[in-house]
Amino acid sequence: MPKDHGIGASPTRREDVRFLTGRGKYTDDIALQGQTYAVFARSQVANGVIKSIDTSEAEKMPGVLAVFTGEDFVDVGGNPAGWQINSRDGEPMKEPKRPVLAHGKVRHVGDAYAAVIAETEEQARDAAEAIVAEIDEQPAVVDMAAALKDGAPLVHDEIETNQCFDWGWIEDNRAATDEAIKNAPHVTTLELVNNRLVPNAMEPRASTADYDPGTGDYTLYTTSQNPHLTRLLISAFVLGIPENKLKVVAPDVGGGFGSKIYHYGEEALVLAAAKKIGRPVRWTASRSESFLTDAHGRDHVTKIELACEKDGTFIAFRTETMANVGAYLSNFSTATPTFLHGTLMAGNYAVPNVYVNVKAVFTNTAPVDAYRGAGRPEATYSLERVIDMAARELGIDPLEIRRKNFVQPDQFPFTSAAGLEYDTGDYGALVDKLEEMIDRKGFEARRKESEKNGKLRGLGVNTYIEACGIAPSNLVGVLGSRVGLYDAATVRVNATGNIAVMVGAHSHGQGHETAFPQVVADMLGIDENSVEIVHGDTSKIPFGMGTYGSRSLAVCGSAVVRATEKVINKGKKIAAHMLEASEADIEFTDGQFSVAGTDKSVGFGDVALKAYIPHDFPLEEVEPGLEETAFYDPANFTYPAGAYACEVEVDPETGKVTIERFAAADDFGNVINPMIVSGQVHGGLAQGIGQALLENTTYDADGQLISASYMDYAMPRADDVPFYSVDHSCQTPCTHNPLGVKGCGEAGAIGSPPSVVNAVIDALQSGGHTNVTHIDMPLTPSRVWSAMNS
Amino acid sequence: MYAFDIERPTRIADAVKLLSDSSESQPLGGGQTLIPTLKQRLAMPERLVSLTAIPEMQGVCKSDAGELCIGGATTHATVAAEAGDYPALAALAANIGDPAVRNRGTIGGSLANNDPSACYPAAALGSGATIITNAREIAADDYFQGMFTTALDEGEIITEVRFPVPEAANYQKFDQPASRFALTGVFVARFADGVRVAITGASEEGVFRWSEAEEALSKDFSADAIAGLSLSGDGMISDLHGSGDYRAHLAKVLTGRAVSAAG
Ligand SMILES: Cc1cc2nc3c(=O)[nH]c(=O)nc-3n(C[C@H](O)[C@H](O)[C@H](O)COP(=O)(O)OP(=O)(O)OC[C@H]3O[C@@H](n4cnc5c(N)ncnc54)[C@H](O)[C@@H]3O)c2cc1C
Repeated sequence: MPKDHGIGASPTRREDVRFLTGRGKYTDDIALQGQTYAVFARSQVANGVIKSIDTSEAEKMPGVLAVFTGEDFVDVGGNPAGWQINSRDGEPMKEPKRPVLAHGKVRHVGDAYAAVIAETEEQARDAAEAIVAEIDEQPAVVDMAAALKDGAPLVHDEIETNQCFDWGWIEDNRAATDEAIKNAPHVTTLELVNNRLVPNAMEPRASTADYDPGTGDYTLYTTSQNPHLTRLLISAFVLGIPENKLKVVAPDVGGGFGSKIYHYGEEALVLAAAKKIGRPVRWTASRSESFLTDAHGRDHVTKIELACEKDGTFIAFRTETMANVGAYLSNFSTATPTFLHGTLMAGNYAVPNVYVNVKAVFTNTAPVDAYRGAGRPEATYSLERVIDMAARELGIDPLEIRRKNFVQPDQFPFTSAAGLEYDTGDYGALVDKLEEMIDRKGFEARRKESEKNGKLRGLGVNTYIEACGIAPSNLVGVLGSRVGLYDAATVRVNATGNIAVMVGAHSHGQGHETAFPQVVADMLGIDENSVEIVHGDTSKIPFGMGTYGSRSLAVCGSAVVRATEKVINKGKKIAAHMLEASEADIEFTDGQFSVAGTDKSVGFGDVALKAYIPHDFPLEEVEPGLEETAFYDPANFTYPAGAYACEVEVDPETGKVTIERFAAADDFGNVINPMIVSGQVHGGLAQGIGQALLENTTYDADGQLISASYMDYAMPRADDVPFYSVDHSCQTPCTHNPLGVKGCGEAGAIGSPPSVVNAVIDALQSGGHTNVTHIDMPLTPSRVWSAMNS
Repeated sequence: MYAFDIERPTRIADAVKLLSDSSESQPLGGGQTLIPTLKQRLAMPERLVSLTAIPEMQGVCKSDAGELCIGGATTHATVAAEAGDYPALAALAANIGDPAVRNRGTIGGSLANNDPSACYPAAALGSGATIITNAREIAADDYFQGMFTTALDEGEIITEVRFPVPEAANYQKFDQPASRFALTGVFVARFADGVRVAITGASEEGVFRWSEAEEALSKDFSADAIAGLSLSGDGMISDLHGSGDYRAHLAKVLTGRAVSAAG
């Protein structure tokens, strides 16, 4: 029987009531007395020298309160990259300054070089149009290979190259890997593109700043996945406002997918403007601004080689990748193609040799950073495509070649050839489950049926492993992270027994407001509806590194567990006093503190009340109140893994691909709320399918974003995706966090693209197109048709 | 958006007068094309003259000659619901955009705009419809003059569109994956005196008739009849959604499918 409450139950998401009835409160819904509006003047060219900016007309326009240009921010800091990566030769990465507003040069279409603050948004827009900027357009670099050539136009003149770094992982394994590949009986080589994606959160970015001249306090309401991180970046690097004078609030946030992890210049601008004019300043991005300026995702060009024995035993993976970082380094942009990508390049496999080389490249395009999956989708796609290709070349069943090479259950903990220590897993069980879910036995009959209707049918499979629960601070510190990646929670038990839990994780679609109370209620033996989550406000929450990298439950949830344990321990002290027993004899189960071996007990609610009405309290032994805080720093990453299968039909006349079936078997360790987990997988699958079939970010040679609206950028819609079959019953609980959980937020987006592409190739091969061994994503009808007819 | 005035006349004559008063006036149909253009500040009319409150321009009826007459401000949703006498046309309207677009967008607005990827131009040209304006009647063959270009004069409005009803017809639309306008769309209509084939979404010149296919299909109304024909990719739209050759190929495939579906 499924549980009806606590851990493992599936209560519907309490936050959905307000979201679905239009009562969510987003940044743009917050109206402050006397607020004004900011509008940005943005570059129309991808690369240009700013000769002059004349704001005199704009300043005279009706309603205009202030105009800013890059000149106003030359003395403040740049928005930094969060990880320092060193090149193979030991040189630190090139890290040009990312200013609040462009100064001297504009570096991508949409790069803001000025901002107007006015009484109304229309007035600000009118004035922004009246700014006269003389910008001398320079040739742009868009293509990464071209950007790395000698004499290429430079994105940042001062660093004299477009290469940010040239990173090797693991450099000491390079020679052995090269040697293994040279001597291997079979080598499969694949060149592929991991296509750039525009995040397209439903809610565009927005920021409202307020400044109190009486106290000198700033408040920033902003669309952030991690308000504390934003505060830290603004305080420590950009504006230097001390943390205790800056409150950052991220209210309801309508989707982030990574793009709202980062601090953006607009946030600093509205803060500076609010102080200057002494009134609140609001900015809300238009959809066009979102396309041009949100940090994009992916954008790798990769060559991968798989060396194996004739029987399919893997010998080595060698990868050379160019990773686009766009015009400026966004906060996680240097970690994503390196430590979130290279370290996963052994996949689920006991392969002895792995070497990864990543060159990060500046181009005159929007910055690229972590996007749902962040590095792991790129790793999974490269691995699982080349494995599929090798299986086909060697005539081995695509699941068998994977099974043959899996790390086996008795090998855990297992240190992969890419340097991570996988704590636990059972990949064979996932694949067994997958075959059943997709009805693999029935596939041939379905293929014949499709052929009768003039369609080609294909089945594609893949596995994945990812590293979540980001991340052990001591490990990431060694690897170049400039922050720690713990999280924090405070459990506040109020006098009448209800509970507020202040968490550092931020919920913007993940369902924390429902799932976290399940954990606390389960531990305390109380009704989960008496537990509320408080998140997204730096003035209310001890600290937090936010939500990304599928870390909320594994890291922040662990902090919640630790804080709740402290509450129980303190409750025991109080109960011991109330029951006149020794603390060591107090047991806590199902919401009752009892004296071991007796029938004497007192309920959790009574203990809470006593904590706040401490008449006859042993004050020398225990303080009044019942509130505890814990910081949790994980011991390792967590390693969700899964096996995915996709079945497609291809219309050979038009090249159109239709997904007929999709099955996802995931191991997320223990599951708190199975319904929420399924929902997270569904969303991730839609994004992965979007990447595989639809999402086609295209810059032309001049650096203009051709796909800058929904007229040209195809987002997955309901009828683009099938009814999914998802399962998370194969569970190997994480061995190093208290809940045994691994994280499920990104899996769907990580695991799905290769199975879609593998399925299409399988379909085309079955239709006699044996020369078609690869098509780059997105597999639009025209690309598939062209591949079939080339 | 820049500020503008808006008028909602209830008679065609008043609308025409408002439009001729000032060259800065522009007709407003359902606003599904015009409003996004204004929001992006790509146009700045001083005055919009809404046509959707004019009863004479609303609804679907049948003429004595058996033609289907559709008011110029009739929404796609109304055509989808009420053009049952011309099922291929009703089906085309039912598949434009999404419900919001269909509940606002109008046939007159679509034909006046003449987007090279729009659906109605294929129906009008493929049916040999007559575009009726406040000033005159224009045969579809004379009306479409290239991408976003029509025979309409400044201030002239489409008050009605008259469709002869064919014996058999079908519209095949192959969606552009993002906009879901027609990446290529083909309207085939068989009349007693011959077959018309109109192709949208493909040519740089906008909607056009494929005369070789019409000839072949007039002799033998079957998909096989066009097997030996082909369209050239030259002059076809080439963009990130498909090359000219791909569109030319699609046009042929869709023509065959339309013929088979029309039966
Ligand atoms: C999301 C979306 C999806 C769409 N999908 C499709 C699709 O699949 N297929 C398709 O064909 N179309 C599609 N459209 C376009 C839609 O059909 C519009 O309705 C149409 O393009 C314009 O009609 P309208 O009534 O909205 O005109 P408006 O936007 O009001 O006006 C368009 C132009 O026509 C002029 N005008 C309007 N009415 C008249 C008139 N009676 N006489 C003279 N001039 C007039 C206006 O001045 C303006 O220049 C889509 C639109 C959107 C927003």
